[in-house]
Amino acid sequence: MGAQPAGHPTPHTVIAYIIRRLLGAIGLLFVISAVTFAIFFLLPRAAGMTTDQLAARFAGKAPDHATLVAIEHRFGFDKPVAEQYWQFVKQLVAGGTYDTGTRTLDCPAPCMGYSFRTNQPVLQTVIDRAGVTFSIAVGGAILWLLSGVAIGVLSALRKGTMFDRVSMGVALAGVSLPVFFTAELSQAFLVHKWQLMPDVNYVNFVSNPLQWAQELILPWITLAFLYAALYARLTRAGMLDTLNEDYIRTARAKGLREKTVIIKHGLRATLTPLLTVFGLDVGLLLGGAVLTEKAFGLKGLGMLALDGIGSSDLPVVVGVTLIGALFIVLANLAVDILYAVVDPRVRLS
Amino acid sequence: MKSKIMALAGLGLVTSLGVAACGSGSSSSSGASGVSYDAATTGVVNPSTHKGGTLNFGMAGDVDSTDPGNTYLALSVDFDRLYVRPLTTYASKPGQAGGTIVPDLADGLGVPSADMKTWTFKIKKGIKYEDGTEVKAADVKYAVSRTLDRGVLGNGPSYFTQLLIDGSTYKGPYKDKNQADFKGVTTPDDYTVVFHLNTAFPEFNYVVAFGQTAPVPQAKDTGAQYALHPMSTGPYMWQGNYTPGKGGTLVRNPNWDASTDPNRKQLPDTINFTAGMKQEELDQRLISGTMDVDANGTGVADAARQQILTDPKLKANADDPYSGFSWYLPIDTEVIPNVNCRKAIIDGADRDAMWRAYGAQYGGEMSTSLMPPNISGRQPSTLYPVKPGDHGDVAKAKADLVACGKPNGFAVNISFRSERPKEQATALALQQSLAKVGIQLTLKGMPATTYTTSQFGSHTFNKSNNIGLGTYGWAADWPSGYGFLNALTSSAAIVDSGNSNVTMLKDPTVDAAWKQVVTLNDQAAREKLYNQVDNTLLEQAGVLPNVYAKSLDYRSPHLTNVLVQGYYGMYDYANLGVTK
Repeated sequence: MGAQPAGHPTPHTVIAYIIRRLLGAIGLLFVISAVTFAIFFLLPRAAGMTTDQLAARFAGKAPDHATLVAIEHRFGFDKPVAEQYWQFVKQLVAGGTYDTGTRTLDCPAPCMGYSFRTNQPVLQTVIDRAGVTFSIAVGGAILWLLSGVAIGVLSALRKGTMFDRVSMGVALAGVSLPVFFTAELSQAFLVHKWQLMPDVNYVNFVSNPLQWAQELILPWITLAFLYAALYARLTRAGMLDTLNEDYIRTARAKGLREKTVIIKHGLRATLTPLLTVFGLDVGLLLGGAVLTEKAFGLKGLGMLALDGIGSSDLPVVVGVTLIGALFIVLANLAVDILYAVVDPRVRLS
Repeated sequence: MKSKIMALAGLGLVTSLGVAACGSGSSSSSGASGVSYDAATTGVVNPSTHKGGTLNFGMAGDVDSTDPGNTYLALSVDFDRLYVRPLTTYASKPGQAGGTIVPDLADGLGVPSADMKTWTFKIKKGIKYEDGTEVKAADVKYAVSRTLDRGVLGNGPSYFTQLLIDGSTYKGPYKDKNQADFKGVTTPDDYTVVFHLNTAFPEFNYVVAFGQTAPVPQAKDTGAQYALHPMSTGPYMWQGNYTPGKGGTLVRNPNWDASTDPNRKQLPDTINFTAGMKQEELDQRLISGTMDVDANGTGVADAARQQILTDPKLKANADDPYSGFSWYLPIDTEVIPNVNCRKAIIDGADRDAMWRAYGAQYGGEMSTSLMPPNISGRQPSTLYPVKPGDHGDVAKAKADLVACGKPNGFAVNISFRSERPKEQATALALQQSLAKVGIQLTLKGMPATTYTTSQFGSHTFNKSNNIGLGTYGWAADWPSGYGFLNALTSSAAIVDSGNSNVTMLKDPTVDAAWKQVVTLNDQAAREKLYNQVDNTLLEQAGVLPNVYAKSLDYRSPHLTNVLVQGYYGMYDYANLGVTK
């Protein structure tokens, strides 16, 4: 093995960089959890809400006072908020236990507690739901990246033609139309009226990959329609800028094949800003494709978060928020590392 | 912000009016299969003994719990009957007969002592759990005892806490494992369950119809997580665990014996329950036939409603039963203390517009009382007669204001749940009509999740925010005046969180009636008192009645044995079959 070329990151540099970023992410996650806790507990109290009123959300109709007191005690609402947060942090780092009434369950670290509503471990629920969100996000991302970049490149190469104008017009429509609109429309016509596509459901990839893809194709297309539009426009703009650069002219003058010029020299430079957007988009979607899941009734992290907020289920809300934040942090980290691969001018320092 | 709310409310109003107009033609229609509109509210549609197939339930949201000891919603009580058997249940009949209480796990109704403080139930012999073990009286006692741990199982009704001799002192088997310490229920032998109450309670047979008396074997109880797989005594049992927010599958319980159970059939092979669906998607799947029943039983959303009412073929497969809910507006008697000021609100209200806000005739019937028609012995009131086309009596309302000492009117806030267009439209209609008499209503939209617990369900909140009235709804815990009215009118029911007596009624005659009624063994005498309480509430102008709710349900053509259970106001889930 020869010496590393000057300027290229060594494995040591990369590992140190990743560790540094992950430590920063952990600090960020604690801040996010504290803020979520404060929103859940401190803001209502500041607005005058009592612990009885908080407990009443988890009781049946017309609850008596004894019921409210018992619920306050079980969920810890009768303790100071700082103490409740400390308990949360402690079980996250060191694990905790959960009393079902008949037995005490271990909740190993990172323990995110148990749902106030379903009495299920939050981490397990989040992992269970993450499969749905992951399937939506990954399938959609592949589709929008491939189609968006391809359309963007072709539009740039055929600037001013009918293809360019039509594809950019469609792209504008895609960016403008919200997911819940296209989802409603596509389901009403493609699924129910014309029955060209199956009902949208989630089937585990491992149990039946073909059905998994068949039943998620509509959410993928809907997502891709929205995102591909943006990527097509970004790619087109980037390509047009790049193709006017001197080094492209030099490459052509050197007699390189047009395909090589376009892909290796033109597209590569365009990919850097696209990577940034792509990382953020995928990270956000992995944290919960709220609108897409809601529009198609898919039970992923987004729906879990929505249900958690709607039912005042704090452990679930905090759990999904933390996981969502983690996905965004990891996606950004991956993008930063990929920068160094795509663009040699970028250094991991 | 205000204009946005008004625009939204106006849109809801327009939509409702549109639907009402579309459906205002023929009140009945027939489909090709001979079934007809609203047929399941009066009889059984597609009667059949065909066994097999898969019955698909779907719902937006989720059940409050699959633990029968921790449920309160009518849909849960109806659905639970597929897999558990409480001591009593409701007859599987449409209309008023559906409110009849019948034995289930018990072999007859409870026998009260002379003072109605001790109730004895004999349970049927030979009833088995899904694992083949026989149900014993001790399992019923244990089931009731666990519901007294209100911290773990606080979602169910609290009647046992209030009525049993040690209901408020025994803390449940999770904190005191010795069942002998629990004196509220005794079991002299394996098949006898005796309830010991701290007061006479003639309607106790209704109280034990809640899933809280469905037997639970102590060894199988998993406390807060029992909802994942409650032990079955009904015709179906959970295959594996129920997944909250997603659903589960019920399969035949091989240890269920039809000869012990005249209340249920076991027709489909499998029952799928899918939670967390989008309502509009669920409606479309019902219409396209890929889903059979909306478990919520509260009717289709506006888009499907219009689609169904304008298509005779679809309409023939729809029913429009009373849902058991009464939509009304409580008036806080401490925020608006003068009775004549409150009367001005009632007299000046545009009841026609408020009714249309709920979908006119398909959304409900204009109400004159608080108690809806499914309540046994309920009489409509004549105090505030109303009919379609009544837009409020401005002159009378102005006279009320003069008597109130505020001839120029007054200003007060009205609350509603922001997520509910019908409530917004109701508040908007009221605002517009009361403006004509000088009462200035300001609309205050609030989140549905905290509305009945922390905002409109808290007098402190209402008083500090000058909220004098708000949109509200109520359904009975059982189909009697006690089951409907007690929590709404008794001063003892007033609490500051989750308050249901929003009117803050502390009327001595009403409180006396509640004390007297539990001593009366004569049902007719009790019903007379219930109607008096309802009437007193109107005399005090404590409520502005709106509609006895109806819900437009779509009945899948694949379903057999379809009837709207008269008390639940939704399809009788325990007897449904499918043709496919």
